[in-house]
Amino acid sequence: MKQIKFNRANIEDISAVTEFVEEQLEIINCPMKTIIQINVAVDEIYSNIAKFAYGEADGPVTVSLEIKENPKAILIKFEDNGIPYNPLEREDPDITLSAEERSIGGLGIFMVKKTMDNVDYRYENKTNILTIEKTVEGI
Amino acid sequence: MEINKIKDGEKLTVELSGRLDTTTAPDLEAELNANTEGVKELVLDFENLAYISSAGLRVLLSAQKNANKNGASMVIKNVCDEINEVFDITGFSDILTVE
Repeated sequence: MKQIKFNRANIEDISAVTEFVEEQLEIINCPMKTIIQINVAVDEIYSNIAKFAYGEADGPVTVSLEIKENPKAILIKFEDNGIPYNPLEREDPDITLSAEERSIGGLGIFMVKKTMDNVDYRYENKTNILTIEKTVEGI
Repeated sequence: MEINKIKDGEKLTVELSGRLDTTTAPDLEAELNANTEGVKELVLDFENLAYISSAGLRVLLSAQKNANKNGASMVIKNVCDEINEVFDITGFSDILTVE
């Protein structure tokens, strides 16, 4: 398992997280489509943590990546000690509305749910733990 | 992300390359706000854009709303499969004009 940790969750670090994740995915020859879907998921989840987990305060965030075998799957875990928040409880946006009626809230986590094979949230030891899992086909 | 603008009368073409995500979406929003006054035809060229996250979608939605309000057209062209998939999942295919 590989891990990257920041003492203060900050939006500016998204590129470092993406780079960390991409590096691991390239090692296993992950298809570009999957890399892109994971990059988007990382952007959505990490930016949510950086913006909202600690309110106005600062706090740590850890991102861990694990490659599972048989079937091959990528597991990425996000941990923060901020306000308990389960993004999966958020209502899915109505994607049939017109431009004028649409709002953007909830779209990020909705995309994560649609593109990942499994998304799991739990709160343990004062830690928000959000895990995404994506099966990798063809390698 | 790189943003390249080509102004031709009332037509503005904006070429994007790289990633339209949480960190770069505000740059596009600022460019569009600063350059779309009087524009009747806005073309966003995604040929070299690798991906888009919800922060990017938010900017596109607001640009589309502005275009609708001002009687301007907005077209997105050269969209790759990965970004088309994002548009489909989120229902943005129905809101945006993708060529």
